[in-house]
Amino acid sequence: MKPAPFAYLRPATLEDALAALAGQQGAKVLAGGQSLVPLLSMRLAAPSTLVDINALPDLGHVTVTGDGDGAGDGVRIGALARHAEVLASAEAAASQPLLAMALSHVAHPTIRNRGTTVGSLVHADAAAEMPMVLRLLEGSVDVASVRGRRTIPAAELFAGPLESTLAHDEIAVEAFFPALAPGAGVAFQEIARRHGDYALVGVAAHVETEGGEVTRARVGFVSVSDVPVVVDVTGAAQDPEGDPAGAALAELEPADDIHATSAYRAHLVKVLTPRVLADAVHHARQRSAQGKSA
Amino acid sequence: MTTSPEELHDVRLHVNGSVHEVRVPARRLLSDALRHDCGLTGTHVGCEHGVCGACTILVDGKPMRSCLMLAVSAVDAEITTVEGLTEDDGTPQGRLSPVQQAFSDCHGLQCGFCTPGFLTTITAGLAENPDPTEDEAREMIAGNLCRCTGYQNIVKSVLRAAELGKGEE
Repeated sequence: MKPAPFAYLRPATLEDALAALAGQQGAKVLAGGQSLVPLLSMRLAAPSTLVDINALPDLGHVTVTGDGDGAGDGVRIGALARHAEVLASAEAAASQPLLAMALSHVAHPTIRNRGTTVGSLVHADAAAEMPMVLRLLEGSVDVASVRGRRTIPAAELFAGPLESTLAHDEIAVEAFFPALAPGAGVAFQEIARRHGDYALVGVAAHVETEGGEVTRARVGFVSVSDVPVVVDVTGAAQDPEGDPAGAALAELEPADDIHATSAYRAHLVKVLTPRVLADAVHHARQRSAQGKSA
Repeated sequence: MTTSPEELHDVRLHVNGSVHEVRVPARRLLSDALRHDCGLTGTHVGCEHGVCGACTILVDGKPMRSCLMLAVSAVDAEITTVEGLTEDDGTPQGRLSPVQQAFSDCHGLQCGFCTPGFLTTITAGLAENPDPTEDEAREMIAGNLCRCTGYQNIVKSVLRAAELGKGEE
């Protein structure tokens, strides 16, 4: 239960951090470490070098851009912003309410005090809330390397179980979660054995409405597959006789593990999907009504 | 096979108002550095992967798992361990803090292994929410495991500590 030896660097600038990563094939980035340090201690990971980015300046921001009406509006989260700081931001919650809804389910407050939202995204755990939320909201992650900077859309970020599409020399410097558009609504629920545990199943919904009618409905799932997964259930959500959970399950193969059987996970998908969709539609109509009265 | 000696790092830790200069390998967990290098064995190590909460300390006033931090990464932080909760009253042993006193009053511990993590977590929790409901008290301690008490008396201790903190005897 002790990590294997590794070299350690604590650069003071992003340029130094990127140069260190570029020179080391087996290096890993340390931000909050709430997933990485257990992996080191259990020796499931044994990097040659850790590049600790905690001393880098200007990466702790939680910034809201725009007023919610434009395409580039949303919440920008720096690589060193802790989950607790994102959760505490009233401006972030106002721009994209799903952030706070989901973050309150991320581990325990003690873990959220150290763990970073961007780190959680590139750790790419399908049992974690934020990778799925980024996919559902069609956000993106900005990554930097000595070769330059690029933006990876959420749909292209997750390569496989615990595997992102970042190259070994890239650092995720910022995540972007788009603002919730007028007429759209979101909701989140999860079932865990104990509060703060990994969810057996977590479900989030994002719906768009016009005149109170659903024009688009998508549902994201935590802990159901081995990658963060989002299913479009617009057709089933528009049909009063429709079965959105059935539509979602047609696209999913719920996993079997020591925490829950595949059948139980499928059952939870059936229970949670209609509930969360109904919540999201309610949220959208409520926001539209407020928008008109304001 | 020969292995080169592991590189050591000089780390200055700020713990309970004192400075500890330690020389540790990069892989030294903060929990182990506190116990072995600083000699502060009040911080207990249970699961060593962030689940049990026994090793919880305060980093700049916020509860964090010391087993999920590296000592080399804690250089700029002000650390408070369970030893630092006791209040100075001029005596060598000091005076129990309200949270410590409440655990004593309410039988909030049995074997005591998990207690340091509860005390630090609740100290920070009450600083943020000085007057919790019973539900909020349960939520406050949801990240800490205790195998003796069944939690009932720990919840009572949280509520009692809130009273003591407000000066209600």
